[in-house]
Parts: sequence; structure tokens; C-alpha cells
Amino acid sequence: MEIPYTVTARPDTGLWNAKVGIWLFLASEVMLFGGLFSAYIFLRLDAEPGYWPHGLLNVPVGTFNTAVLIFSSVTVVLAWASLKMRRYSRYRVYMAITILCGVIFLVVKLGYEWPQKYDHFGAYLKTSSLEKYERYLGNKHLLAEGLPPRVEITGHLHNEAALDDPKIKEYEVGLDVVYTDPTDPKMDRPHFFFVPPTEHVATIEKADVERATMFLPTHNNYFATYFTITGLHGLHVLGGVIVFTYLFFFGGITYRQNPEHLANRVEVAGLFWHFVDLVWIFVFPLFYLL
Amino acid sequence: MNNPPTTEPVDHETEHYAHDVSNHVRGYLLVGATLLVCTGLTVFLSYVNFGSQKANIAVAMVLATFKAGLVAYIFMHLSAEKKLIYRVLVFTGIFVFALFWLTYLAWYDPITH
Amino acid sequence: MDVSSSVSTHAAHDSHPHDEHDHHELSFLRKYVFSTDHKVIGLQYLISGLIFLFFGFLLMMLMRWQLAFPGTRLPVIGTLIENVLGQGAMNNGVMTPEFYNSLGAMHGTIMIFLGIVPVAFAAFGNFVVPLQIGAPDMTFPKINMASYQAFFAGGIVMLVSFFVPGGAAKGGWTSYTPLSDIADKGPTYHVIFNGQTLWLIAFIMLITSSLLGAVNFIATIIQLRAKGMTWMRLPFFVWAQFVTAFLLLLAFPPLESAIVMQLMDRVAGTSFFLPSGLIVNGAAVSISGGGSPLLWQHLFWFLGHPEVYVLILPGMGIVAEILANNTRKPLWGYKSLVFAALVLGFLSFIVWAHHMWLTGMGTVVSAFFQTTTMIISIPSVIILSAFFISLWGGSIRFTVPMLFATAFLPMFGIGGLTGIPLAFNSADLYLHDTYYVIAHFHYIVAPGTIFAVFAGVYYWFPKATGRKMSDFWGHVHFWPSLVCMNCIFLPMFLQGMLGMHRRWYDGGQGWTLASEKVWGVSGFHWNLPISIAAWVMGVAQIPFIINFFWSIWRGEKVNDNPWEATTLEWTAPSPPPHGNFLEAPVVYRGPYEYSLPGRDKDYTMQTEPIKEGERVLHEPTMSLGH
Repeated sequence: MEIPYTVTARPDTGLWNAKVGIWLFLASEVMLFGGLFSAYIFLRLDAEPGYWPHGLLNVPVGTFNTAVLIFSSVTVVLAWASLKMRRYSRYRVYMAITILCGVIFLVVKLGYEWPQKYDHFGAYLKTSSLEKYERYLGNKHLLAEGLPPRVEITGHLHNEAALDDPKIKEYEVGLDVVYTDPTDPKMDRPHFFFVPPTEHVATIEKADVERATMFLPTHNNYFATYFTITGLHGLHVLGGVIVFTYLFFFGGITYRQNPEHLANRVEVAGLFWHFVDLVWIFVFPLFYLL
Repeated sequence: MNNPPTTEPVDHETEHYAHDVSNHVRGYLLVGATLLVCTGLTVFLSYVNFGSQKANIAVAMVLATFKAGLVAYIFMHLSAEKKLIYRVLVFTGIFVFALFWLTYLAWYDPITH
Repeated sequence: MDVSSSVSTHAAHDSHPHDEHDHHELSFLRKYVFSTDHKVIGLQYLISGLIFLFFGFLLMMLMRWQLAFPGTRLPVIGTLIENVLGQGAMNNGVMTPEFYNSLGAMHGTIMIFLGIVPVAFAAFGNFVVPLQIGAPDMTFPKINMASYQAFFAGGIVMLVSFFVPGGAAKGGWTSYTPLSDIADKGPTYHVIFNGQTLWLIAFIMLITSSLLGAVNFIATIIQLRAKGMTWMRLPFFVWAQFVTAFLLLLAFPPLESAIVMQLMDRVAGTSFFLPSGLIVNGAAVSISGGGSPLLWQHLFWFLGHPEVYVLILPGMGIVAEILANNTRKPLWGYKSLVFAALVLGFLSFIVWAHHMWLTGMGTVVSAFFQTTTMIISIPSVIILSAFFISLWGGSIRFTVPMLFATAFLPMFGIGGLTGIPLAFNSADLYLHDTYYVIAHFHYIVAPGTIFAVFAGVYYWFPKATGRKMSDFWGHVHFWPSLVCMNCIFLPMFLQGMLGMHRRWYDGGQGWTLASEKVWGVSGFHWNLPISIAAWVMGVAQIPFIINFFWSIWRGEKVNDNPWEATTLEWTAPSPPPHGNFLEAPVVYRGPYEYSLPGRDKDYTMQTEPIKEGERVLHEPTMSLGH
């Protein structure tokens, strides 16, 4: 006996095998990301005022990546539609574009966005020292506006040796623009365009600092969840790209045997890809915008 | 139930579907465009002050849910999917909701908060 | 179809020694190691799972020495372990506290995730489910193979962790944070090769394996049922596996996310589960803090509780098959059983926080979980009652599988009923983390699920090999096991009521209440008889091991349907060839048509067409399609 319904649907369920399989897999993926997002909710609700940073990511780049993923979602569905209409060469074109989009997304993420964070520095101040750095923080102004306080000073670290060398007693930080004029109402909320750290250098004594690191997962729970969720999401994108590449190069063999079989495979891979897109639709506002 | 129901594969359904596909393509493009516009809108609205951050989060999540719904309904063909898939997804939805809601509830105590 | 037709299928099998798709002989590797055949994979799971079960039990037998004779030299074996694992494990033959903790954590982990789940779910599910629904194989045979390989790799990593500096994971099978987050971070800390990190990595592999298996099982049951095999004609075992697969599919991923986060905590230095101001060994830890240890518990128990039903449901399924077959009666209340299993599966997702009464959760949420926990006992009781009523009026054949299956009923009953006090928030405050809890859940998994597993091995052994296991040695295996199980776990209820904590290294020697006498023996001194029972039980498994291997080659040869059972697997040749059935089976009736009046024999197989003028049984119907 051969395994039935690999290509054609079983009449009483109306589904072929891989369709059932992929939806079950996606259900488990929903629970996986559900667990991570519930951790996000939990940690964010638990965070002390000011400890869940806002506006530290590069929004235009993030928007660009979102658009790339959405675009690739369209092309993958068109690739599938082309196969359904038995237009193989057009399928190849759409598939190539999809793969390219996936690669662009990963390159932007790993080649630009993540390194940009590693290069950024932040120092959480001790509660007792907040007063001392009021001219950078502008907490009186924020209090009057009913906004959460600033407890961290971020920017470009000029003396990187200070991170490891206990003999160096202070950090020299090229301030992010918000700390140069903290009481300006324009600075109350984050900006759309990314502004690189200014040449305005502040000296922060280590004795006043609670904890200071580059923007790594260790920096705070915001970056911990950011790197974990985007990292896991990136792995999914990578998985999708690998599958698409396989279908791009070896799809012809399946197509010659049974075009419907290839269409089904592309549909299944596409379902996974749409799911990856769908997760990103939530990741983007939660981390970049809110 | 003396006669076992047939389980022979049928082909006409998929054949029929293939003709429909070309009509769907326009729809896919339209949905793609809507999604891009919604992304722009999400970004724009996040810089509008709705009074509190909670309100901003709510607005962004409503938009994201709408976008996710479009992706699932049109791109993932849920609009024409079989009941069985829906059943699996409904249960998954309930459990995800339980995970979110109950971890939140466990954190929130009316006596201490 | 009658007995002669099962003989004729055998004859047909003999005349076509090779299945039609199997013209070329597969190499040894492809046939036994990298096989995509569900039966081979099932047996791979069975053998490795049983080995892990026994290994996990060995760990416990070591611990029982320390509990019975705290701080005394373990003769011979102590020196042996010291030579292999070093002085960190055994100091001059005396077990170190660290090693004791490792043994405890690894006993739990191995028994549950490497023993029972692979055997009860993966092994029986793989071997039996496709046969019972009349399918040629699983829907995704290659994924099935990958599932076993991921499991195997996870098992190896788990075993390797015993040999890294500091030894295997010590945080209990629950790996509660922040303890497990900071575990092993001493001077010899290696970022990957330490017990806890390897535990996490092994878990990711095991979860992957479970997910692949679960997807496969569900898709198989939905898609590959034979012609005429409607949902309500599925044997109850298939239903139990179906629900179990859903539990694994949807409950494991949140744990996977938690494991990824704990891995990040340990490897990348994040603080998902580490609170602010954490002090270790008198010094503040350099972490960002702000994490939540409770979050781990939520995500862990979100899996942890459905996992309990993952452990018991396949056992119930096996018992149902054997009860119907050996009472020669239709299973009582088939439809209620099916719906009880479905409700059980659903509710098991929303009871998890009853493991967390002591964490000081909110009162609202405690009340919610207490209520759902009470409700979930209803479907469990429905299932157990239906099993008991099934015995009523049967002419029972006490075969070896039936012995184990009947023993399952009261044992599971004790385990279930003693769980009710734990469901109450206030009663649990006292009993939490005592030996009472140990006794409660071991009654469910040890004489419960493990007995069901043994029953299943004895029952389906003829299908896998064409031979029967010895009845005599089956009895020698069963009776001492039954007595020892109760000698081990009954006294633990007493110890628990004295407040003896389940993780004590000294067996409660230093605890005042443990010196109080119950039935003439103090709580602490109950450890000795328990330990002796455990060691005797280890010896009692030897007949099983010998019987198992001896019977593979030397057991009594039997026909394709030695138990005179009704379900589809008994229509296939024993052992079934690649592709299972010689021709696609067609199903005409429900799974348990035993001893029906007016039939010429006391069982009617599912493949037997309805005869002219036959009294047709009422069949329940249900639609899950379209």
C-alpha cells in the first residue's frame, strides 16, 4: 500500500496530507511565539517606571524590513498562483524575488540593525544620583508632563576601555540627542528618523552608575526580549529561505512529474512564510513603535 | 452505515480551483497594497498622542490584528479553508488567549494592587 | 471474516514474501537504523524508551540508599561510581549532596521525557495507531524518522551531561529559576558543557521530536483512516493518542520558549527569570535584573500539567483495548469515553497553576484554577468508571496483559483520588512538596502508566514478532511488581503527612516530626522498607527483560490474531510487512463487537462485512470533517 492523499484531497476531510501537517505545525508555532509574547507582556508589566525603554530602535529601517516581508508575502502567493495556472517560468521569477526579499530582510537585520545596537551604549544611574544628572535627564519636566522618568543615559561610548578596566573611573558618552536638551517638549516622544549620537560628550562617573553595558541582550529585559524574539524570528526567515531555495532549484523535477504536487509544496512553504510575516506584523509595533 | 463512505481521491475540485486562481491575483495585489498602507498608518499613528501609552498600544494592536487577519484570511486562504483547520485554530486561539490572560491575571491581584 | 480468513491472509503473505513496493532488499542501516517504517520506528522508540526507563529507575535505586542510610558508604557501587564520575559524585563511597540532587533531577527528567513519553506515546502510537486505523504508514515517514533521531540525540546529550564538570542538572525536573539559572556557575564553569545548559539543549531536541511526532500522529489519524473507518469506529486507543498528540503539539511550545529564554539567561547573560537585586554567595550578581522567576513556573507548568495527561492518556487507551478484549464484552460507554478524553485534553490546558499555590499568586487566579482543577476530575472519573463497569458481567480471561490492565484500575484510582486534597489551595499549603505529592503522582505514572505500558508490550508483542511472551515469566514479573509498587508508595503518604519534604538529602533524619511513629515505625525509618521494596522491584524486572528477548527468538509461535481481537491490526500478518496490509482494509463496524448474540463466534472483526439479516448495532456518530 502506498500512502494516499499526498497530492489530491481526501474527500471526507477535503484536505491533502501536507496541508493538515503544516497547519498543525503552525498551530504549535502560534503557541511558541505565544509563550514569548506572554513573556513580553509579563516582563513589561513588571518593569519599574522608566526601565522599559522607548524609541531606541531604528524605525525607518524597521518599516523598510516590514515592507520587504509584506512584499515577499505577495510574491510567494503569486508564485503559487502561477503554478496553479501552470506557468512555470513565471513561478521561478516570483520565487526568486521572494528569496531575494528574505535575504534582504536578514542582511538588514543581522548586518545593520543588530550591529548598530551592539555599538550603542547605555548607563543606568543609581536612584540617588538621578538628581546629579538632572540637566541630561530633565525628570522635573517629565514629571510635570505626567511622563515616565528617565533613569538611563544613552549614546556613543568614547572610551570603550572603560567597560572592562576598573582603573578608569568614568564613562565618556557622546550623548543621544534627547539628553542634550531634555526639557524640549519635542523630545518627550521618540522621533521617526534615527539621529546618530551627538558630539556633545558627557562624563558619567562609574560611582553613580547602577549598570552600564552596550545594547546587548544583557542590557535590560527590553533588549533581552528584542534579541530573543527577533533572533528566533530570523531563524524562521532563514528556514523559509532555505526551503524556497530548494523549491527554486529542484522544483522542476517535481513539476515534470506532477505540477499539482509542486503547487502544493509551494502552498505549504508559503503558508509558513505568511506565518513568519504575521509574527513580524506584531513584533514590529511592539518593539519599534511602542 | 452499512456501506462504507468512499475515500477515493477526487480531482475535479482542484481543477475547478485552478481556473479561479487567475481571478484571485488582483485580490492578492490589492491586499498587499492594503498591508503596506496599514504599515505606514501604524508608524504614523504611533507618533500621534492618544492621551496615554495604553491607548497607543491599543491602536497599534488593533491595526496589527487587522493586518494579521488579512494575511491569514486571504494569503493563507483561510477564507476558503476546511472546517477541520478552523477547529484546530480555534482551540489554539483559546489556549494562546489562556496563556496571555492567565499569566496576566496571576500577576494582577486585586488585594495587593 | 472468520478465523480461516486470518489464516488465509497469512497464506497470502507467504506466497508474496516481498511487498509489492519492496522489491529491492534494503540494507541493514536503512532497515533498522534509518528506517522510515512506522513499525521499526515504534520499536526503536520502545527499546530505547524501556532502556531509559530502567536507567531512570537505577538512579532512583541509588537515591534510595542515601535515604535509607544517610551518609553511609554505598558498598561496591559507590566505589565504582567514584571511579567513573569522580569525587564530586561519590566521596569515599558516600553520595555527595550535589550528586543526590543530580540523581533526583535526572530521575524525573529521564522517566518522563525519555521513558514514558517515548514508550507510551511514541512507541505504541507509532506501532499500533497506523495498524488500527488501517493505514499503510504514518503520513510523513521521513519526519517520523527525524522525530526519533531528535529524541535519540536529546537522550545522548542528557546522558553526556553526567560526565561534564559539576555533573548533570541539579535543579529538579522542573528546573525552577533562579536556582537553575545560576546553577554550575562556579570557577570551572563552561558556557555550554555544564549540566543545566546541556539539560536545556537536550530539551530543545526532545521538544522538536515531540512536535514532529505529534504533527504526524494527528495528520495520520485525520487523513489515513481506512475506507469505512469513521471517527466513531476508531478504537479508544486511537482517540487517546489523538488527544495526547494535541496536548504535545500545543503545550510543549510555550515550554520551548521558556527553555530558549533560560538558555539565553545562561549563555547570553539576560535576566528573563532573574529578579533585581539577586545575591549569590554574598555578592550581588552582575545582571540587569527585572526578570520574573514566576514567569518560568507559568510557562513550565503550561506544559507540565498537560504533560500529566500525556503520560496517562495513552495508558488508558492501552488498558481500554485490553479490557474489551479480555472481558469479551464491548467497552462500556464508548462515546462517553471519547468525549471524556476530549474534555480532559481541553481542560488540562487551564489547570496548570494548581502546581503553584505556594508562590503567592493572586487570590482570584487561585480560585479560578482551583475550580478548573475540581472540574477536570469529572472526565477522569468517567473514564475510570467506564473501565470498571466494563468488567461487570464479563467472562474475564486473565492473560498477562489483562493482569496488568486490571491492576492499573485500582492503582490509578488511588493516584487520582489522593490528588484531590492537592487541588485545594489550603490543603496543598501543607502537603506541597512533601512525599505525599510523590506518592500521589507515582501511583498514577508508576503502577498506572508503567503497568499499562507492560500490558501493552505483552499484548502487542505477538503482532510485532509473531511470537508470544511466556505466561509463566509474565506472572513472575507481575506479582512482585504489584506488591513492591504498593510497598514503595503507600508509606510515602504517611511520610508526606508528617511533612517530610520530597527533596531532602538526609531522608528526613533531621526533621523532628519525622521521628514520630506511624504504625510502629518512625517516619524516617519508613525509608528502609521503601528502599528494600524498590530494590526488590528492580530485581523483579529481570524476568521481564529475559522474557522479552528470549521470546523474540524462542517464544511460542502464534497466528495473526492470538487474542481473538476485533481491531484492524489483527488482520495484518504478524509481523506486518512494509506497507502493513496486503490489501487496503475496509471497515464495516465498530471496534468492540464481542459476544454479540446471534453471531457464530464471540468476536466480530471490524473488517467483516455486515451479513444479510444481521442485527446491526447502534453506532454513535460524530463528524469532524469539512
